[in-house]
Amino acid sequence: MKIDRSADGVVIDVRDVHYAVGGRPIFAGLNIQVRRGRITAVMGPSGTGKTTLLRLITGQIRPDRGQVLVWGRDLATLDRAELFALRKRMGMLFQNGALLTDLEVFENVAFPVREHTDLEDELIRKLVLIKLHAVGLRGAAYLMPSELSGGMARRVALARAIVMDPEILIYDEPFVGLDPISLGVIQRLIKQMNDGLGLTSIVVSHDVRELASIAHDSYLLSGGKVAASGTPEQLRESKLEVVQQFMSGLADGPVPFHYPAPDYEAQLLGRDKS
Amino acid sequence: MSAAQQDILPVRALRKLGHVVLFLLRLIGQCGPALGRPRLIVAQIYNAGARSLIIVMLSGLFVGMVLGLQGFDLLQRFGSEDALGVAAALGLLKELGPVVTALLFAGRAGTALTSEIGLMRATDQLTAMSMMAVDPLRYVAATRFLGGVVSMPLLAAIFSVVGLFGAQLVGVGMMNVDVGAFWSQMQGAVNLDDVYEGVIKSFAFGLGCSLIAVYEGYHAEPTAEGVGLATTRTVVASSVLTLLLDYILTAAFL
Repeated sequence: MKIDRSADGVVIDVRDVHYAVGGRPIFAGLNIQVRRGRITAVMGPSGTGKTTLLRLITGQIRPDRGQVLVWGRDLATLDRAELFALRKRMGMLFQNGALLTDLEVFENVAFPVREHTDLEDELIRKLVLIKLHAVGLRGAAYLMPSELSGGMARRVALARAIVMDPEILIYDEPFVGLDPISLGVIQRLIKQMNDGLGLTSIVVSHDVRELASIAHDSYLLSGGKVAASGTPEQLRESKLEVVQQFMSGLADGPVPFHYPAPDYEAQLLGRDKS
Repeated sequence: MSAAQQDILPVRALRKLGHVVLFLLRLIGQCGPALGRPRLIVAQIYNAGARSLIIVMLSGLFVGMVLGLQGFDLLQRFGSEDALGVAAALGLLKELGPVVTALLFAGRAGTALTSEIGLMRATDQLTAMSMMAVDPLRYVAATRFLGGVVSMPLLAAIFSVVGLFGAQLVGVGMMNVDVGAFWSQMQGAVNLDDVYEGVIKSFAFGLGCSLIAVYEGYHAEPTAEGVGLATTRTVVASSVLTLLLDYILTAAFL
């Protein structure tokens, strides 16, 4: 399953990463490559460490073993200032938007600009309005985050994520809990941002159908490793049982319906207590 | 050290203390850069200070009025009710002003700080800031810490002034202490060192209460229960620390 459509370079390279939390392994030999200018989807059932992967890629946590390279630099070797310099070139969209609740929409989008540049107010105003217009929320500039719906909050967060013109845009579960219209809007925006701004996008999600229509490359995580990778079509045609289960949403399979538990009959009859 | 040894109370307390001190050092390191954004600090002085004004002034008035009554009752037994002004001023400046204000500050501003920062953590706002290459320790924690440190001595001073007014209201207005004696004896007996003692105390309490509030919020478990517990810990720890520091500082000044 080779997915090299263009010869573009690898922007993010996750190499043989091992990571455990409290003795429970999350990743055991994870390998993922994200190529420039493409939308890379990382899918997997809940609890497979998708969000943990994003924290690794953004240097919030460090792997126990293995390397995470971003633009060829090993994140584990960077100090705080270097890591922050790197993060200025990345944008991240959080699952719930993570807008600053004490600032209105306009100031939320202006926040990174005010913090990192000395631009004049008039210029910042134009910049923010342009970005808000791009996500269709120029009219909501002076609302507070508490007045926004879930889908709107995520679009504002997207405007904030792109306001510094990042080279990489990271989406954490962008489709969760949205109505079909908002979902379509976000889906289109991800595609537009990627193609129009020449970004590299990473979308972490378990919404197979939404991802399939926009992703260039896909990775399916299971059991701490990449279970399958390729284009969405290739994944769908995969004969692997775990891929089949995930792509067609079957309740039981390699990913069991039941969380590990003692014997059912024995527990009901109280025999497990003796 | 075994796991059981690590879990005994003195070890846990010591580890927590070390954690708090390290946090304080990091916080102080960020205070310099935070000073470059005076508007943010002024906003926090407004939040922690100006918004606590009513409760501080109201409490100051009542405490002063009680001082007026109790002081008069005590002093008249020795026939020296004219010294009421001195008693009230020393009591307020050196003890009641800083201590009661710190307790009120912990309850009013400290809890607000802890729950605000804790909720920011729970809703990923702190992570989002750090992802935008803005250090939340500088933008969120240091500004609030400085706001609290600046506000506390001012609040304590206002508490004492309003308290004196309350003492005069009761002592002069109701108990017929001579107004001239009330103020002139105060002027004669209270010296600048007494004022300094109060200022230094209130500054120390402000430092302690603001540190605890910011620390607890910053390290709150990102759940509803976690933020609630952190807020409780802020009030308990701030109050105990205030009273402990008060004893140490009083002993040092005598």
